[in-house]
Amino acid sequence: MQQAEPEIIFDDKIEQEIKIEPKDWMPEKYRQTLIRQISQHAHSEIVGMLPEGNWITRAPSLRRKAILLAKVQDEAGHGLYLYSAAETLGIGREEMYDQLHTGKAKYSSIFNYPTLTWADIGAIGWLVDGAAIMNQVPLCRASYGPYARAMVRICKEESFHQRQGFEILLTLGKGSKEQRDMAQDAINRWWWPSIMMFGPPDDSSPHTIQNTKWKIKRFTNDELRQRFVDICAEQVKVLGLELPDNDLKWNEERGHYDFGEINWDEFWEVVKGNGPCNKERLETRQKAWDNGAWVREAASAFAEKRNGL
Amino acid sequence: MESILDKIQLPGSHPAAGIIHYTLHLADNALVIAHRNSEWCGHGPILEQDIALANIALDLVGQARNFYQYAAALIAENNLSSITITEDDFAYLRAADEFKNFLLTEQSNGHWGTTILRQFLFSTYQYFLYRQLQHCSNEHLAAIAQKALKEVTYHVRWSSEWVIRLGDGTAESHQKMQDALNELWPFTDELLTGGLASAANISLDDTLIKTEWTEKITSVIADATLHLPTSRQYVYGGTEGKHTPHLTAMLKDMQYLQRTYPGVEW
Ligand SMILES: [Fe+2]
Ligand SMILES: [Fe+2]
Repeated sequence: MQQAEPEIIFDDKIEQEIKIEPKDWMPEKYRQTLIRQISQHAHSEIVGMLPEGNWITRAPSLRRKAILLAKVQDEAGHGLYLYSAAETLGIGREEMYDQLHTGKAKYSSIFNYPTLTWADIGAIGWLVDGAAIMNQVPLCRASYGPYARAMVRICKEESFHQRQGFEILLTLGKGSKEQRDMAQDAINRWWWPSIMMFGPPDDSSPHTIQNTKWKIKRFTNDELRQRFVDICAEQVKVLGLELPDNDLKWNEERGHYDFGEINWDEFWEVVKGNGPCNKERLETRQKAWDNGAWVREAASAFAEKRNGL
Repeated sequence: MESILDKIQLPGSHPAAGIIHYTLHLADNALVIAHRNSEWCGHGPILEQDIALANIALDLVGQARNFYQYAAALIAENNLSSITITEDDFAYLRAADEFKNFLLTEQSNGHWGTTILRQFLFSTYQYFLYRQLQHCSNEHLAAIAQKALKEVTYHVRWSSEWVIRLGDGTAESHQKMQDALNELWPFTDELLTGGLASAANISLDDTLIKTEWTEKITSVIADATLHLPTSRQYVYGGTEGKHTPHLTAMLKDMQYLQRTYPGVEW
């Protein structure tokens, strides 16, 4: 069958690595896939502010307080870049928020775990931001222009996030016994959820093939996960701490670390909304939104009034 | 509760006492209001404004650190402690009655409008204060003030725009802002009574600060279609360590880790 003209142009651009821009024709499914992925990513940044924001007021030094505040504020900025990128595809921010609040849109499950101690701030930076970077760097070359450009800005800031987390753990690792235990406990709790951040294994990942063809995705979930495990297995030695996996072992033949079985049942439970903090996170977002309604109304009433002058 | 001040020998008669106390007062103001603002992070009504307030909090933490570091340097220079005192000791190892911040800065966040208004009342004061402080005889304080002035200029602009927007927004927002103004007004005169600077031999024109502050507040409040409270019932005491329960609660949260695990690196 003959392809319609705009579709040929689109395919050709994808083929030649020319970015698709908002005004270009694109298949409806491409647009929908991007809206879903970008808004989900934006929501993750915003919901992701909560577990760490929880420790800003309790950060144990002024330097840490400033760093954490700057970090969480960066995540808000990332949310902003991504919402703007999604808006270029024809969806409004209010609608995206609505999808978040009603549970229609997802966000990264990792943020449904609680931050119990200060060491969790270290573990999140090192592992969660680390995994996010691994996922995000290839997205800087995603075929949709506004998304790729947002990711470039985001990735620039992410390496600082991972460094500050690693540094927190490094300090704790060199500290008192209580501090070392705190750090190890945080790693024990965050390790498995972090490697689940790469998504289900390739043989049960429904979107991978089409997204790879469209050059939204460049590597498979399992490829990125392996790369992450390999890096962390080395870095944890510098910390003088351990990853909670007895099967973690260097495999000379593969040139990679082997690692233990992931508990995908837990993953799907959290995705379905049964994680430790799903309810709390959504309620917090909803509350912030509702409590702010009068501010937004006032701002638009004011704009109308004064612009009329 | 253990206090770092027990490890510092600073009699009131010591020539450096005045300047150390004044520097701590400047630091405490910045830290306490920064901390309050940071409580909003992730909970603001509009993403862009959440970011803006976090930015202001960051600026103020930065100012606080500069002042605390200078106070710590003064302790070292004058051999007032046998141990090395750091910026964190002042923030994390003093009790509420040892903090010298104005009562306004410690008031709880209330709704978004209360927070914005608290920032506006305080930043306007800080702006006119720093404008003089940047030329004062103490070159360290002058340098910190000069550097911070650009930030504070923005804080005043941002907060005053929002006071006007919310004051003259909807009937609901107008009422909320008027209530917030009535609630915070009793804490404003403490900003204008000076006191600690002269004991530090820093000569400021307090009357000028008061005139400039009043002028700016009056004009923004009028533009916001709000009414300045006529009450002259003011509350004082922050600079002498007589605080409202809000500060105790805030410090309990802020100092939690340092108090639970004393003497370790973070
Ligand atoms: Fe981010
Ligand atoms: Fe991040």
